[in-house]
Amino acid sequence: MATRWFGAPVQRLEDPQLLRGKGTFVDDIDLPDMLQAAVLRSNHAHARIISIDTSAARALPGVHLVITAADLGDVLEPSPLLVPHQALTEPRTQLPLALDEVRYVGEAVAFVVADDRYIAEDALDLIDVDYEPLPVVHNFEVATHADGPLVHADVPGNVAARLEQIVGDPDTVFASAPRVMRETFSVERGAGMPMEGRGVLARWEAHESMLTCWISTQGPIPIRNGLAAIFHLPEHKVRVIAPHVGGGFGTKIMLFYPEEILTPFAAMQLGRPVKWIEDRRENFISTNQERGQLHDVEYAFDDQGVLLAVRDTFLHDTGAYTPYGIIVPIITACSLPGPYRLKHYASEFTVVYTNKVPVSPYRGAGRPHAVFVMERIMDRIARELKLDRCEVRSRNFIQPDEFPWDIGFTYQDGGPTKYDSGNYQAGLDKLKELLDYDNFPKMQAQARQQGRYLGLGIGYYVEGTSIGPYEGANVRVESDGRVFAATGVTSQGQAHATVFAQIVADQLGLRPEDVLLTEGDSQAFNWGVGSFASRAATVAGAAMHLAAVKVREKTQQVAADLFEAAPNDIELADGKVFVRDAPQRSLTLGQVAIAANPLRYSYGENARKLMSMKLAGSRPGPALPPERGAPGLEATEFYSPPHASFASGVHGAIIEVDTSSGMVSFVTYVAVHDCGRVVNPVVVEGQVHGGVAQGIGGAFFERLVYNEEGQLINASFMDYLLPTAAEVPPLIVAHVETPSPLSPLGMKGAGEAGVIPVPALFASAIDDALAPFGIRVREMPLHPCRVYELLQEARAS
Amino acid sequence: MQEHNLFPTFSEESLIALTVNGSHYEKLVPARLLLSDFLRHDLRLTGTHVGCEHGVCGCCTVLLNGEAVRACLMLAVQADGMAITTIEGMAGTNSELHPIQQAFLEKHGLQCGFCTPGIIISVHAMLHENPDPTEEEIRHGLSGNLCRCTGYQNIVEAVKLAAERLRAAQKEED
Repeated sequence: MATRWFGAPVQRLEDPQLLRGKGTFVDDIDLPDMLQAAVLRSNHAHARIISIDTSAARALPGVHLVITAADLGDVLEPSPLLVPHQALTEPRTQLPLALDEVRYVGEAVAFVVADDRYIAEDALDLIDVDYEPLPVVHNFEVATHADGPLVHADVPGNVAARLEQIVGDPDTVFASAPRVMRETFSVERGAGMPMEGRGVLARWEAHESMLTCWISTQGPIPIRNGLAAIFHLPEHKVRVIAPHVGGGFGTKIMLFYPEEILTPFAAMQLGRPVKWIEDRRENFISTNQERGQLHDVEYAFDDQGVLLAVRDTFLHDTGAYTPYGIIVPIITACSLPGPYRLKHYASEFTVVYTNKVPVSPYRGAGRPHAVFVMERIMDRIARELKLDRCEVRSRNFIQPDEFPWDIGFTYQDGGPTKYDSGNYQAGLDKLKELLDYDNFPKMQAQARQQGRYLGLGIGYYVEGTSIGPYEGANVRVESDGRVFAATGVTSQGQAHATVFAQIVADQLGLRPEDVLLTEGDSQAFNWGVGSFASRAATVAGAAMHLAAVKVREKTQQVAADLFEAAPNDIELADGKVFVRDAPQRSLTLGQVAIAANPLRYSYGENARKLMSMKLAGSRPGPALPPERGAPGLEATEFYSPPHASFASGVHGAIIEVDTSSGMVSFVTYVAVHDCGRVVNPVVVEGQVHGGVAQGIGGAFFERLVYNEEGQLINASFMDYLLPTAAEVPPLIVAHVETPSPLSPLGMKGAGEAGVIPVPALFASAIDDALAPFGIRVREMPLHPCRVYELLQEARAS
Repeated sequence: MQEHNLFPTFSEESLIALTVNGSHYEKLVPARLLLSDFLRHDLRLTGTHVGCEHGVCGCCTVLLNGEAVRACLMLAVQADGMAITTIEGMAGTNSELHPIQQAFLEKHGLQCGFCTPGIIISVHAMLHENPDPTEEEIRHGLSGNLCRCTGYQNIVEAVKLAAERLRAAQKEED
């Protein structure tokens, strides 16, 4: 069957509701009798809790409940370690409320429930916590100091994990390599900052022993399973719904953020619905962050610019806890080779605790750092050998006929880091064309004559996407001919309601608007993992495809019986099911759905019509034909990818640096992107756009600044600057399509891609623009003052 | 000192009268109630979102007597006697989307949709003031609203399309 909707720029089905302000985000739901909660957070980065006096808070009129760790009973358990790893020798996870020690500013200490949020916040001011401050670990230097303070008294050296992976024989190669260099690169912390903060609304219905939670999360099903275990409830008595979610970027999947336990705990205690909504300040100090790494890298290359070996040793800042184990640094280690044929590679990382917000994946998840390091290496090789930067990259690319290419490291999912397909030269060629690369030196020279500093930067990446273990989908034709589709993932703006509808519509001969998606509701689909790691559209999309194929096959079987035709002669198009070459022998899809269910007690127009038609087969028959297995046109299928599939892309930009202020502006920005087969180009381009904007923030504006006391000193949008429309340039996006041989639809993930190469590209462009000053960028993010400082340092030396 | 009267001024309530999306309301509100909370939770107009509560993100933008303002930086009592338009009032009484909303739909100008209502309201005010903005003026005009999903690309395109259509409609009216 020819696909029609797959690949088409279908307008988003979810938009009309959101455009009218009729979306349903967690805080848009107000239930009768609902109370509101607020969290008392530690204002110390590291302190012992001597005592907590909540009496004044409890006495405040309008306050219903004040909870501290002592009130939690058997709920006072550290959160589960989500991804254990043998190298993670000292894992530590957080309690729902701190018991005797706080380890970062923002750690939850008490939970107050009141008539409204205003009163709840009044009550926070009345809680008296006696802290005994402890020495603070606020950066790598302190964390790794031999006699330095410890974040966890029982974790020597603050070392949570150390992992070494080696492929090939780097030592031998280094010993004989024509050229060897060594550099240090640092990347500071940033934050996901979705426009909607986190939020939880919990309702306990005692008469049904049923707990329902609406949570702004990327993974409602794992949370449902976890809450059932914590509260000793059967899983089917806990329902977790992720309604509209206002962005997540990785930061909204965690088991557990304390409020996800405390809010239902309070609702169960009080027998009334309780809502907790995170404000922006809380988001800055209690929602997980990422990025902080320090790399010490040696690299060997020959006189032709071929990279021979890399030895990378790096520190990874995990904050106060390791909720996600060590997957972020594992991804960094596995992403470092990028599109290059690196056969001798040693990587060793050490994960250290600091008194800062815990770290878990944020869009890009360890990759921007890796790409920054590798692309810095490529640029340096070009500079040392006076070769063109693109030429050096071309000389090192893995060639299209070399796939599958195994880099030799174990990936974050425990599988191989085995690239399934790619065409890196094609991407680079397209980029050069769109950037007018060959003409740039002339443009740059002309600008310099006018005292203007233009620079061109490039960043190439390969991204592991679409990891397992699995996702599933349920597709069911309803009697009005519309289709119910459900899956266990969630959307935070990725247009699943549109792209999954496209996939189903192609199989069932419908329009996408006839397919109604339900997702993010543990009661609508029982099995699933969540939306992260650029996996939802591809893994759940593949399951959706497989389920829709099954439903089509059953439709053909049922219709074939009714028409006395062969199933292969039955076609589905325009909402009709008919015999090929005899289109007058036709039913609507809804009528076939009714016929697929033994017809007694059927109701409605479609049923009436069906009864009046002269059809063969077991039409109103009392029995279900055994070969059909189940009534109706319905199927549930699962898709489990054998291992990750590897998308890729290359971005290039021309920037201008104002050497008097350090300000940088973009002249041109081009993103060439390869995520295999594209379901909806408009949606994919939107993902790339958003990623690039976030990448620009992470390269030039957004930096979380902690002082020596471990206080985040720029915890507001006035001081932590997200890029606005004035800072993000017009973007040109182009596609290369190398389908994934792993997925039934050839797709690879696209969600994180845009953000990944931006720091690398930005550094590359600054180096190029400021080449006359001999500047070499080795840190991210920059900001105008820092660029100005680099210029001053260069001028002085 | 009365033990239960720690925050006496906060519990004071005032009667306010205002018009929201053409409907008249009279409500008793606490002095400290933010306009954003009043709209969202007292009037149940939840399309006005709250993204930062310190006046930067623009998610809570509403029209106050025709001007775009941050509902999180105002108290409900300050809106006494005023006329407010929220996102729910943009499409008018018929079921059609406002041309700005329609342009956002056609140009894929939103992803998660959380910042969208505030942006639509800001764009409405922007185009009222300047019906024929350049791209630079559009980007400047949008710079008071943060969006974390779209990279602003398609928002800019949507504003261009909306401006064009609104100008054409205005011409027809003239």
